[in-house]
Formats: sequence, C-alpha cells, structure tokens
Amino acid sequence: MIRNAITVLAAFLLAVSLASAQAAPGKITISGKQMGAPVEGEFKKFTAQIQIDPANPAGGKATVDVDVVSIDIGLEDFNQELRSKTWFDAKNHPKATFVSSSIKPAGTGKLEASGKLTIKGKTLEVTVPLTVNTEGNARVFEGTLPIRRTAFSVGEGEWKDTSIVADEVVIRFRIRAPAK
Amino acid sequence: MPPDRYTRPAIALHWLIALLIFAGFGLGLVMTDIPGITPTKLRYYSYHKWIGITVFLFAVARLAWRLTHRPPPLPPMSVWQRVSANTAHAALYALMLIIPLAGYLYSYAAGVPVVYFGLVELPPLITPNPAHKDFFKYAHVWLNYLMGTLVIIHIAAALWHQFVQHDGLLRRMLPPRTKETL
Repeated sequence: MIRNAITVLAAFLLAVSLASAQAAPGKITISGKQMGAPVEGEFKKFTAQIQIDPANPAGGKATVDVDVVSIDIGLEDFNQELRSKTWFDAKNHPKATFVSSSIKPAGTGKLEASGKLTIKGKTLEVTVPLTVNTEGNARVFEGTLPIRRTAFSVGEGEWKDTSIVADEVVIRFRIRAPAK
Repeated sequence: MPPDRYTRPAIALHWLIALLIFAGFGLGLVMTDIPGITPTKLRYYSYHKWIGITVFLFAVARLAWRLTHRPPPLPPMSVWQRVSANTAHAALYALMLIIPLAGYLYSYAAGVPVVYFGLVELPPLITPNPAHKDFFKYAHVWLNYLMGTLVIIHIAAALWHQFVQHDGLLRRMLPPRTKETL
C-alpha cells in the first residue's frame, strides 16, 4: 500500500517536473564587460511565440517579449541600477521586444530572422542567425545577437563612457516552441 | 662584518609595497563610501583590485627574497622588543598575502571576475556563493583594520628608534645614498 503510494507519488513528481521542463520557454542571457571584467546576466521573465516550420521558414513568424525588470546579473544593487532610468528605465519601458519581419533559410538547421528589436522604446532592424533543433515534439531555437547598448540609450549620462561598461553586449537565447 | 642595511631589492620592495598599501587602503575607504553604483565606483573597485594583486605579487617576490637573503641585524634592544618586532614583521608579511587573497575570493564569491589591468582574467578559485561572499568581505575588511593598526605601530616604532633611541635602525631600510645624512 505504502509502496504503491510512493510509486504513484514518484510518477506524479516525475510527470510534473517533465511538464514544467517542457513548459519552460527557454533562456535569454546577456554578457557584457565592466572595466574589462566579464558580466553575465539573465532575463528571468519573457514570453515567446515562434511559429516557424524549418521546411518553409518564409511563412514563419517569431515574437519575443522580455520583461526588462526581470534582469539579474547576480548582484541586487546592480540589478536595481540596471532597472533605473539611466539604464533600461523599466518603469516607462517594461518590455524589450523582437518582432520578425522575414525569416530565411541559411543552410541545414539554420535560419536567419530579420526583424525589429525594440529596447527602451528605441527600434532597430536586426538580423539574427538561428539554429533549429528538434527535441521531442518541440523545436529549440538558439541564437546569438551582439548589440551596442548605446544604440538603445541603455546607460545614459556618465554611463555612456564605454571604457567603464563596454558598448557591446551579446544576447544569447535558447527558446523552445511546440512543433505544429 | 654583517651588512648594515637590507639589500637594494628588499628596500625597493618594502617602499613600493608600502606605497601600494596606502593607496589601496585609502581607495578602499573612499570607494566603499560611494553610494549606489556609479562609473567612478566601478573604476575605483577595479583599481583597488589591481593594486591588491600587485601587492600580492610583490609580497611573494619579497618573501622569496627575504627567505634567501639574510637581513641586517637589529641594533641592541631588549628581548621583548626583539620578539615584538619579529612578530609584527611576520604578521605584516602574512597580511600582505592574506588580505589581497581575501579580497580576491570576496570578488569571486560575489560573482565578479578579477581582470588584472582589464586585460588578464585571473582564475576563479571559488564559485559564487552569498555566504562565502559575506565571510570574505568581513575577513578582508577586518584584516585590513588589523594591518592598519600594525602599520601604525610599525611606523611609530621606526620613528621612536630614529628620533628617541638614535640607534640607526631606520637606516637599514633606506637607500644607501642617504647614509651620510642620517
């Protein structure tokens, strides 16, 4: 009886953990440098709608909405500073978004997504190289996008000085989407 | 005849390290007083770390030199003075190594890599951990206060020997060309 209960409980926990693992949309990280020292961070909250059929990428669409307030570089006082007006201004610009305008094939398992990247209310055209892998009944899209933070006014005033915080910030993402 | 002063490398390292310790200590007080996160604060923290790494490297060289080169004898003094001097010197040698190391580990425990002069990333000896971060922070700070106290005693003792005892002790750590004036 007890053994059965334990088995059921274990199966239940396994199912829950598998379900939550599948529900996790993925991971969006950023890396930059301050005074030459690497800084790694993550946006803990975001949503993504990706409908891309690798066999017919041109008909696909990708939208990513990031809650900038969820930024975490491991030190709370730095997180606070990054949410403030001079950096992301999370109060007035809570979302950073990417909306694709065209998706092209770029070799086996590779795509190129062009679209509009909006951070802190500033929109720039970007092209993101992607790789696509199938995991079970989901597709995993991975990519790297280097941007210049000053192009989006992230780090204003004194912080414009790129000898303190480097201009280049590399965005990395790994996003799961159900394959339809 | 025994040498009357430390060798030139030992003298040079002593004064270089002294200068760096004063700079690093002062900068440490200033930078931790800056509220919030500012560019100046980030700059000062990095300078402070680079100074600390330099102190550590010079201290290693100095200790190696000290262990292979006999220092000049102390002028005649009582046993308690001799024992106090030797103890204080040993403690200062230890702190020159331990304090930068504690600061280094504090930085890595906080998840901030140390990049010497912004160019050379030094090895992470530990992984980020909030509990370790607090431990190394307080170790770094309190060992600095201990060192500050010892440095004050060290300077006071040197001045006392120079201006009260007139026993030529300070000359042992001064460059040879100043010999005649002292």
